[in-house]
Amino acid sequence: MIELWWWVLAACAAAYLTKLAGYLLPEEWLDRPWVRTVSVGMTAGLLTSLVVTNTLVDGTALVLDARVAALAAAAVALWLRAPYLVVVLVGGLAAALARLAGAA
Amino acid sequence: MGLSIAAAVGLYGISFGALAVTAGLSVAQACALSLLMFTGGSQFAFIGVVSGGGSLPAAFAASSLLGVRNAVYGVQISALLRPRRRLRPVIAHFTIDESTATALAQDDRAEQRRGFWTAGLGVYALWNLFTLVGALAGEHLGDPKAWGLDGAAVAAFLGLLWPRLRARDPIVIAVAAAFATIVTVPFVPPGIPIVIAAAVSGTIAVLHHRRPDVREAR
Repeated sequence: MIELWWWVLAACAAAYLTKLAGYLLPEEWLDRPWVRTVSVGMTAGLLTSLVVTNTLVDGTALVLDARVAALAAAAVALWLRAPYLVVVLVGGLAAALARLAGAA
Repeated sequence: MGLSIAAAVGLYGISFGALAVTAGLSVAQACALSLLMFTGGSQFAFIGVVSGGGSLPAAFAASSLLGVRNAVYGVQISALLRPRRRLRPVIAHFTIDESTATALAQDDRAEQRRGFWTAGLGVYALWNLFTLVGALAGEHLGDPKAWGLDGAAVAAFLGLLWPRLRARDPIVIAVAAAFATIVTVPFVPPGIPIVIAAAVSGTIAVLHHRRPDVREAR
């Protein structure tokens, strides 16, 4: 239990120092256009990867389960210009309904 | 947008609290992650590795690598809001997916600043409150999946991604990132595919940036 605490706190410290590193870079780095281009591009890529990971990944396996229904329902909601909160609720509802219907 | 993001993601915290306790963490440890780490993806990576039987160093590595994007967000927010030096240690803690996405979606600096803090502080308050609720309810909730909470996470991330996919370049990058993630998932430890996708995305962005026609079109 003590060991788990140490790793929890170490991971928290690493996360905070990583966040802080973004602000400690020399200011002149920030004004370069390619830095902006790369970070905007990386953000789109990271969010896409998080969508894919949350939808299809279970550990190191790719699985098709109720989360796919959530993705489809959320995409329809976004396409219909639903507010963010509605999109999230629709995603949760779709996954819950898919499981009621027998999906994994 | 800031408030709705805060409400939605705060509600999602209940599943983190519940999943953390079912993974073997104490209620206090679940709350410590939300209070001190405060970056959902990394927190889920940490408990995901622990519940999947991974070692604690592996959980540390997965969560730390997933948090690398926050350094990128820090660079963006630093360029966008130009925070004073003394404020940086504070603003850094609230630099997460939601606050960054909200700030970037606004046009003038006052709105960007308001969006960042509304989303950052709103998510922080609700995320921690619902982590506690979820952790306490952990054993009694049964299966969080039955409530569709993992589906809500999918929708939350898609909702953050969606507004960025209006131009051609981000769509190309998104397709490449999705491909990189799917291809690498079976072969590397959890969390690593996201870092690989980030590297692929950054490389494509650099290549596109070098093309003068693309730059002039902006």
